[in-house]
Amino acid sequence: MSADIRFCGDRAVTVVFPQEISPGINAAVCGFAARFFALGLRGIVEIVPTYCAVTIHFDPSELDVDLLLRAVEEAAAAGGEAGPAEGETVVIPVAYGGEYGPDLPQVCAHTGLTADEVIARHSGREYLIYMLGFTPGFPYMGGMDPSIATPRLKTPRTAIPAGSVGIAGAQTGVYPIQSPGGWQLIGRTPLRLFDMDREDPFLLRAGQKVRFRPITPEEYLALERGEGR
Amino acid sequence: MIRVLSPGLMTTVQDGGRRGWQQFGVPVCGAMDEYSLALANRLVDNEPDEAALEITLLGPSLRFEVPCVFAVCGGEFEMKLDGQAIEPARAYAASFGAVLEIGPARQGARAYLAVAGGFDLPIVLGSRSTSLKGGFGGYEGRRLLKDDQLPLRAPMPWLPFMEYRVFDRELRQYPLEDRPARVVLGPQQERFSGKGVETFLAGSYRLTGESDRMGYRLEGPAIEYAPGCDGNIISDGVVMGAVQVPSGQPIVMMADRQTTGGYAKIAVVISADLPLLAQKKAGDTVRFSAVEPRAAIRLWKKQQSFLRNLDFCRDYL
Repeated sequence: MSADIRFCGDRAVTVVFPQEISPGINAAVCGFAARFFALGLRGIVEIVPTYCAVTIHFDPSELDVDLLLRAVEEAAAAGGEAGPAEGETVVIPVAYGGEYGPDLPQVCAHTGLTADEVIARHSGREYLIYMLGFTPGFPYMGGMDPSIATPRLKTPRTAIPAGSVGIAGAQTGVYPIQSPGGWQLIGRTPLRLFDMDREDPFLLRAGQKVRFRPITPEEYLALERGEGR
Repeated sequence: MIRVLSPGLMTTVQDGGRRGWQQFGVPVCGAMDEYSLALANRLVDNEPDEAALEITLLGPSLRFEVPCVFAVCGGEFEMKLDGQAIEPARAYAASFGAVLEIGPARQGARAYLAVAGGFDLPIVLGSRSTSLKGGFGGYEGRRLLKDDQLPLRAPMPWLPFMEYRVFDRELRQYPLEDRPARVVLGPQQERFSGKGVETFLAGSYRLTGESDRMGYRLEGPAIEYAPGCDGNIISDGVVMGAVQVPSGQPIVMMADRQTTGGYAKIAVVISADLPLLAQKKAGDTVRFSAVEPRAAIRLWKKQQSFLRNLDFCRDYL
């Protein structure tokens, strides 16, 4: 296939894939981003994969734009064989309900399910991380059971604690840092999705899969103590 | 060390930005006006993208608790060193205990205070820039407050050719030129009607009060979408200068923008003209004109090579 490459100003190009949120297209996106990064072309500043596009930031003083465009064409054409690496599954322990998930009752009321049913449905699936954005380390995930979809809060909270797990419409997500937001909070993980003091500051990356594992408040505290170091 | 006597309206530590982490959702941040940052750094013999104080609309008052050479470039602010008026884009040697008072901006919106040897602040994810939203980088991840103490890495009480460390008006005022900001159309130009693109390029847009380091919300003639299109797209990557149009009115994404966005982008302001935008303030008018991508790249490369080879003391030999 010939790639749809567009200028995004004068220091970036965006490679546009079919505009659809689907695991297959996102796998092609992440695969292309990884392949292109692996080329190690001088003058590539960074590569940002999203749902169905890849933005390549470059330094035109170091990399001629026409060479870049040609390299992108070639990498896109070479796409077929080198399928995307099968992303490993990251397990995220979550203490559901109680002080960690103050909106769980609201999700139950909206869906007509019991708390245990909501937890079972939320933790019973694998989610695909389509991309990171919004705040450092925030995963945009897909694959939630539609039966637990719940609208956002009418009035967003001004501060949501880091690690909070929420539902907004048909989406679920985890807040890596304390931030404002209107998601229905159903639980919290003691894992740090973003820790700038860690050698690898980010727990998650685009293309990976996530599974939530219910834990008790006691396990939460124990893990939190372990994580703190 | 430099002590903050009063912080000004919005003073943050910024350098050339945090590159390489956008795939993890980390905003680039960095100086809004990298041209003026480079000028200020050149006057004090720093690297062009060394961290400096970005000063906004109303400047801080600072006391030098160690003698140090400094320079301020960018928008033109009222400035006094120990009560004596001083010029923009000129290096000064502050003596021990000297007080620098930076008042309101007379022209432009932002200026950069560079100190010889740079600030001794931690490098977080490759940069000293403040991420206000993330609460990290810069000085404790926030804007400066009264009584903050900014440590210096290698303060220089003096540098050679002090009297030649100055840039003339023409050179220093490039970001203050009053002309349309040039743009490269796209990457979602097809979401807009021909008439919509024409409106965008012909119209005058006013910066509203909801404009900050994240983005400039503009107000002006409504931009028409192509038949069957609206302002929403599936989120993709966002660069500085990208002009999003969520519902007919443009928003220009600036230094602290999120890494991705779900609104159609009609155009991107060219890199060489971003400093002009950085010097706009609420109430100012912005106009746009289109150039070809390769022309924009030539302009950027020319500006970069100019800034790299910049010499302040052309006259001294």
